[in-house]
Amino acid sequence: MANGILVVVIPSRGTLSPSSYELLGAGKVLADALKQPLLAAVVGGNAAALAGDVASRGVAKAFTVEHASLKDFTEEAYAKAAAAAAEKSGAARVILPSTIAGRALAARLAVHLKAGLATDVTEILSDGRVRRGYYGGNLIAEVEFKTPVGVLTVAPMTFPRAETAGAAAPVEAVAFDPGAPKTEFVSFQGETSREIDLGAAEKVVAGGFGLGSAEGFKPLFDLAHALGAAVGASRRAVDSGWIPYKHQVGLTGRTVRPKLYVAIGISGQIQHLAGMASSGTIIAINTDKDCPLMQMASISVQGEYAELLPLITNEIKARKGHAVPA
Amino acid sequence: MALNIVVCVKSTPSTVNVGVDAEGRPKIAGVPTALNPFDEFAVEAAVRLKEGAPGSTATALTVGPDAAAEVLREAIARGVDAGALVTGPEFEGGDSYATSLALSAALKKLHAEKPVSIVLFGKNTSDAGAGVVGTQTAAWLDWASVSAVKKIEAVDDKSVTVLRNMEDGVDTVKLSLPACVSTIKEINEPRLPSLKGKMASKKAVFPKWTAADLGLQPAQVGAAGAGSVVVKAALPPARPAGLKVEGATAAEKAAKLVDILVERKLI
Ligand SMILES: Cc1cc2nc3c(=O)[nH]c(=O)nc-3n(C[C@H](O)[C@H](O)[C@H](O)COP(=O)(O)OP(=O)(O)OC[C@H]3O[C@@H](n4cnc5c(N)ncnc54)[C@H](O)[C@@H]3O)c2cc1C
Repeated sequence: MANGILVVVIPSRGTLSPSSYELLGAGKVLADALKQPLLAAVVGGNAAALAGDVASRGVAKAFTVEHASLKDFTEEAYAKAAAAAAEKSGAARVILPSTIAGRALAARLAVHLKAGLATDVTEILSDGRVRRGYYGGNLIAEVEFKTPVGVLTVAPMTFPRAETAGAAAPVEAVAFDPGAPKTEFVSFQGETSREIDLGAAEKVVAGGFGLGSAEGFKPLFDLAHALGAAVGASRRAVDSGWIPYKHQVGLTGRTVRPKLYVAIGISGQIQHLAGMASSGTIIAINTDKDCPLMQMASISVQGEYAELLPLITNEIKARKGHAVPA
Repeated sequence: MALNIVVCVKSTPSTVNVGVDAEGRPKIAGVPTALNPFDEFAVEAAVRLKEGAPGSTATALTVGPDAAAEVLREAIARGVDAGALVTGPEFEGGDSYATSLALSAALKKLHAEKPVSIVLFGKNTSDAGAGVVGTQTAAWLDWASVSAVKKIEAVDDKSVTVLRNMEDGVDTVKLSLPACVSTIKEINEPRLPSLKGKMASKKAVFPKWTAADLGLQPAQVGAAGAGSVVVKAALPPARPAGLKVEGATAAEKAAKLVDILVERKLI
């Protein structure tokens, strides 16, 4: 019988991201709930070198799958490698991150392992069921696996990061055969700007149609820098061409779950709320005190963004001890 | 180089603003349905690929009740040539696992009639929204797959090269055909249905395939074939009443807001 909770860590461009530690955190919750051992597999080009770190964070055993074909991420090769680790581990649950790569791997793994799949899990219940948003986060679904093995991806920023705990667990290398690859990785073009990725941001400052123009995003970027926040936007701001689509938050944009979400000049239509309603503290800044976002915000400030934002930014800088020269 | 393109589409409730009934199921009875918003981009990508390669065809494929034929008509109105409907009570209640198996079986059938080059998908649906059906369909077929595609850079009769949007930048990836390509909104600006398209969509007749037609057992599809089940739906917990930051001037409000941020250890 399948036994064990396997966390699949996918290094990004050869390094571990903090979300890997969140995965281990989620794995611990599920392992405790089902009273099964926590296992980890590091799959990727640099797996062996990174396994030590993973193995020292409270797992019973770690597996590595390393191969020349795993230098860069392709769906089939990585899925075959992860499947080899999953089969070797005999795990009953396989946990991956809700990233582009993690989701694709989970999808292929579920078919390979004849397993039910739940994506974007935000909560693990004591009986092993999981919760996830659907209908754009407007409803919460409680999901049960019907298959002996279940695959899940966990939403970023939802589980505590696993800390190093005692001695490192044993690490075992798993062999795998990539077969004839159908996908060739050609190249990678890194993000040139130093903007923080929205999906994994702890703080997000988002602007909407109320900013009036691309120009209106300038004070918003200043505030985001002062806070160390990523920049988000509503669809109307994106559709108006003021900011690129990659910043869009909502039903047809990104889902975020930061500790702090500041919504400026955003009315809060259901499609926008779909992407950010489960943020920790929500601050709304808007001229209209009755709009939906002002109504649902943890903190609301009524007023003109053009007047408020520079004042708020300066105040933050002053408190942080870097007063801006007059 | 003529391509045989398939685009998978879904009929979804036209709003995500739904409640929950006494049994913990989403209240969607009577809510109008429409083409899943993300599928508009996949349909447009299919039509553009077809237009770029003379002699190509584009077919819309869906799994759903009879009424789901409406989204096939919508796809035709937007420039797709034909549609195919996988339908029957046995398909009800399927999850991504069961639905992707049904899609893969329908694609096998289409592929046997005329080799399929590229299968396009939207990013995710507005209802279940798992964003995995394209990849799972590829897995059942053992075809190449790629998701989060923001641009189809080049295509020939053997391969397709795409730009994939990753969290930290953009990958260029080349896939052997046939391949399943899941798109994102950034890929294009969908056109509106044309008058000619609307006329064609009214006249279109679709083949209807049941599980038996696709060589599937009823136990493999729909609720019976699902790997996971939603046991209960609930509204998200209500947020506690918010705090209003008051002040005579903007400066006063700004200072008060930052006080609260400091107090709550948010800065
Ligand atoms: C299928 C579908 C998918 C969608 N997906 C998304 C999505 O992913 N994300 C998304 O955001 N939307 C999405 N939408 C659109 C959504 O319905 C709204 O149209 C959109 O969110 C509105 O954007 P907004 O709040 O910026 O603009 P508006 O609704 O126009 O609100 C502007 C706000 O700015 C305020 N304001 C104006 N001037 C000022 C000022 N000087 N200072 C401060 N405040 C000011 C106004 O009071 C108002 O509240 C989708 C819609 C559909 C149909």
